Amino acid sequence: MQNRVSKRTLFGFIGPAVFGLAIVGIAPLLYAVWTSLHFFNLTKLRQVEFIGLANYWEVLTDEVFWQAMGRTFFLLGTALPLQIGLGLGIALLLHQPGLTLVKTLCRLSLVLPMATTYAVVGLLGQVMFNQKFGVVNQLMGGADINWIGDPQNAFIMIVFWDVWQWTPFVALVLLAGLTMVPGEVEEAARLETKSWWVILRYVQLPFLLPGLTAVLILRTADTLKLFDMVFTLTRGGPGAATEFISLMIQRVGFRAFDQGLASAQAVILLIITIVLAQIYIRLFYKEV
Amino acid sequence: MTSTRSLFWQIVLLALVIAVCVFPFYWMVTTSLKTQVVALEAPPVWIFEPTLANYREALFDDGVLRTLINSLIIAVCTTLLALVLGVPAAFALARFEFRGKKDLWFWFITNRMVSPIVLALPFFLIARNLDLLDKHITLILIYLTFNLPIVIWIVTDQFRGIPYDLDEAARLEGASQFTIMRKICLPLAMPGVAVSAIFSFIFSWNELMFGLILTRSEAKTAPAMAVSFMEGYNLPYGKIMATSTLIVIPVLIFALIASKQLVRGLTMGAVK
Repeated sequence: MQNRVSKRTLFGFIGPAVFGLAIVGIAPLLYAVWTSLHFFNLTKLRQVEFIGLANYWEVLTDEVFWQAMGRTFFLLGTALPLQIGLGLGIALLLHQPGLTLVKTLCRLSLVLPMATTYAVVGLLGQVMFNQKFGVVNQLMGGADINWIGDPQNAFIMIVFWDVWQWTPFVALVLLAGLTMVPGEVEEAARLETKSWWVILRYVQLPFLLPGLTAVLILRTADTLKLFDMVFTLTRGGPGAATEFISLMIQRVGFRAFDQGLASAQAVILLIITIVLAQIYIRLFYKEV
Repeated sequence: MTSTRSLFWQIVLLALVIAVCVFPFYWMVTTSLKTQVVALEAPPVWIFEPTLANYREALFDDGVLRTLINSLIIAVCTTLLALVLGVPAAFALARFEFRGKKDLWFWFITNRMVSPIVLALPFFLIARNLDLLDKHITLILIYLTFNLPIVIWIVTDQFRGIPYDLDEAARLEGASQFTIMRKICLPLAMPGVAVSAIFSFIFSWNELMFGLILTRSEAKTAPAMAVSFMEGYNLPYGKIMATSTLIVIPVLIFALIASKQLVRGLTMGAVK
């Protein structure tokens, strides 16, 4: 099927892309590693000096860093099961026969949350969850809940928006899996049993697994990346209640100006990301 | 087969899903049409006299128009650049046999997973040293870190679907690989190229963190502008929602156009 070509032809095709991605994707990382080995504060640029692994030691023993990491995985552990549960429900609902028009409408509205600018989701959150004139409290029967100013409520609010934005994605991925089940297999199974659970577990689940794997990998990566929506909604507050890992690194680097320490945190985050990517690929793509 | 009662509940549930998805947009648009006095009423009012004043003020007095143009320039340029660099690479990945192909793929996967803050720190220092802060070109280049992998993934997938016999026939005629790509495969791969372009545009248009850190005024992007309204105590909620609406509408149009391919694109081809 495929052909071998001369080195020159090959380089002509992939060279520009590899070169471009190396310049914007790898060179900065090397620079971040260099920065992380130095005392490097934006307000004290005259005092930049090599301090070896001191920044790394500080990060690894820093409670605040690990709390932000734990908070990030706690968010993943809270939001992802909700997204998968609700997403599966919506996918099964859309998979039922009939009601074509309503279902098309539903599928189109599912596209909207996914495409919404993350920063705008945060701004919308500010308006809708405002304690005094927010519509959420009004819809809850005139409740007087302080969403943004209370640590626990702020976290719940972040979970809500994450679930709002990404449940449609999970639903559409799982729906794509459901449509892969051969019609005659599903029909035969329905003659055998009336239990939707048995059909889900033994007939449909095998077709859902690749999609669920993709969801797990992408949601983990996106939660480690989460910044825009939280930054516009709570700035990580109140206190540190919603300070997830990317927000924390941004604060250390650009609001506390300690670029050396922030770079060390970023490098550790990068290592954790790559290890996770490797584990996921080993675990789930073994048979491929 | 299906009973009327179950049909009724299906419609109720579907309507609920639609309402939850759409309501925030309804609230965003209606708030953008409220004057500040109406927007700050507690509890919020649902019926009021709409005004376009927020849009006029935001676009022309506060310079949102210019930030929208900045965002447009940056998103279009970075998309074109990603296509120029990415399409030949995708062709090579789909058609040629070479060592290190698997590693190249893995590199692209990890690129999708890395948090932008990891790159934002060094980019800020490099841009500061090279006097590249607040310039369009900086964001155009940086957005390649996520656009290039997307273009390569989607277009490689598309090239693979084109029958190899066509290449073979052209090669017997003496066509070079480049001619084969440009004249034979590229026209057939256009749907994939278009989808990858839409994705690249959406991701660049939506991006906030790099825009916030690397621009001040000249190259300020629209999301960074919307955030800058959030300073101070008396927040202009109507204006913020008007700016948000202006940012979101082009993306929603593009997303609806590409809705059939959205899942495939977001999972980088893992789910068809």
